[in-house]
Amino acid sequence: MRWFNIRGWSDVTIATPYLWLVIFFLIPFLIVVAMSFATRTTTSPPFSFGVTDNYLDFRNYARLFQDDLYIRAFLTSIKNAAMATFVCLLVGYPMALGLTRVSKSARNILLMLVILPFWTSFLLRVYAWIGLMGTNSWFNKLLTSAYNTLVPQAWELNSIHLMNTNFAVVLVTVYSYLPFMILPLYANLEKLDMTLNEAAMDLGSRPFRVFLDVTLPLSVPGIIAGGLLVFIPACGELVIPGLVGNPSNPMIGRVISDEFASARDWPMASAVAVALLILMVGPMMLYTYYDAKAQEKKAMEP
Amino acid sequence: MKQRPTFLITALCFGFAFLYVPILSMIAFSFNNSRLATVWGGFSTKWYGKLLSNDKIIDAAILSLKIALVSATVATILGTMAGITLARFRRFRGRTVLSGLVTAPLIMPEVITGISMLIFFILIATMIEKLTGLRTQRGFTTVTLAHITFSLTFVTTIIQSRLLSADISVEEAALDLGSRPWQVMKDITLPIISPAILSGWLLAFTISLDDVVITNFTTGPGATTLPILIWSKVKLGVTPDINALATITVSIVTIGVIFAGIAMNRAERRRDLDAQMAFRSNQ
Repeated sequence: MRWFNIRGWSDVTIATPYLWLVIFFLIPFLIVVAMSFATRTTTSPPFSFGVTDNYLDFRNYARLFQDDLYIRAFLTSIKNAAMATFVCLLVGYPMALGLTRVSKSARNILLMLVILPFWTSFLLRVYAWIGLMGTNSWFNKLLTSAYNTLVPQAWELNSIHLMNTNFAVVLVTVYSYLPFMILPLYANLEKLDMTLNEAAMDLGSRPFRVFLDVTLPLSVPGIIAGGLLVFIPACGELVIPGLVGNPSNPMIGRVISDEFASARDWPMASAVAVALLILMVGPMMLYTYYDAKAQEKKAMEP
Repeated sequence: MKQRPTFLITALCFGFAFLYVPILSMIAFSFNNSRLATVWGGFSTKWYGKLLSNDKIIDAAILSLKIALVSATVATILGTMAGITLARFRRFRGRTVLSGLVTAPLIMPEVITGISMLIFFILIATMIEKLTGLRTQRGFTTVTLAHITFSLTFVTTIIQSRLLSADISVEEAALDLGSRPWQVMKDITLPIISPAILSGWLLAFTISLDDVVITNFTTGPGATTLPILIWSKVKLGVTPDINALATITVSIVTIGVIFAGIAMNRAERRRDLDAQMAFRSNQ
């Protein structure tokens, strides 16, 4: 574009957001990376470099593998996040596909209904589930009586223990992140060429076969985008496990914030954060790749 | 050949029930007379009265709105600049770095963003104290700076994708016809992206209003935003006045979304009409 390259306009437009992001995002991030090689001391601020013989202290990273608290936290996070992503896909995929099959006016209203919870407070949605999962709530009583009619009398329960379990974390994560799964999937499924389905039907495929052979393979980019949008934030989630999770089996977000605030061990907190980031690099790059591809496609469209 | 996708319709019904039953339950129990948040004890609106007379909650809500207004506005300005840069400038030094800086906060786990900003702010504060002897505290300023930083990337993405799908030849034609660069900006580029700017601002506003994790790390004593207050209350257990607060939030959002939907529908219809008129007068 030529029109900006006059009178320093372009420099201002480029430099302002650039500088902002460098100062408030890149530099803090680099500080965390550097901090992970520091040693914890009792000074204020509580870290210093060069306490050991080497200028860089690798003991924080060694501790990640020695203390099984960290490995357990990582495994719990990954397990919960993967489970939530999978359930989101199971619930969200039929919904997204269903959205493409209803009439246009109904579709707009239903899409709005998918987005609406996203605009209301995240915290209040978690809170809604705390109410539902409590032992004397109508939801828990309903579940309990359904369970009691199904199992033999000896197994009957007064109430089902839902709060402060990994199950609760997965359930609330699915609830909170479901729109992130539905929307990219819908955007992908909506663009699919319906004539392909019709051709497959005409050639004698049964509807489920058509789904397996045509729709599912074509929707893989949508599945990946939606899956990563759920998996990445779910892994580092702090609020949900903090409110409904099992405190004796913490996820990695909790560990980072505890190391920092309660233990005042900034270097260790930074090392755990860097380790989480390294684990997430693969999924993140995958997402960026698919996102860039989608943007390119969008730019190519008339 | 049209067959009713029964399974998909059933899935939609169950999905929406899953999404809305908790919210509806919360609304119902906000009118509960009982002190227990989830056991029905008759109709009452007392929790609304309790909520509105709670100064702590009102103060926190005002603080949250202030932070959201300031941070959404600054983030929209910066994000629009970054969006125009990424969509319209083909080549400049450090382009890859900028696009990386814009996507990274979007997908970075919030805990990491929060902790890196906290460490940054603490170090800056110690530096200020060493240099000038002034003791600074984290609070409104630090929270606002943090909110601007991570919501500006959402604005950038919206603006960028709007500009990428817009026709660049209109801007080039205006230049060829002798418009000055700022005229092109004012008369063509900004009008094209104005809906994107508005939705970017709204998104930045709600993100700021809703944020818990990053606020929790960057806030200081005396600056309790509404989400932080709710968080500390909910940690202690379920209380019925939060149900009332949730009902108010949901109502405001629903009304807002319905109005936005109507306005967008109207604008679309008017655009269609204009296009038809232009088409006819050309014939």
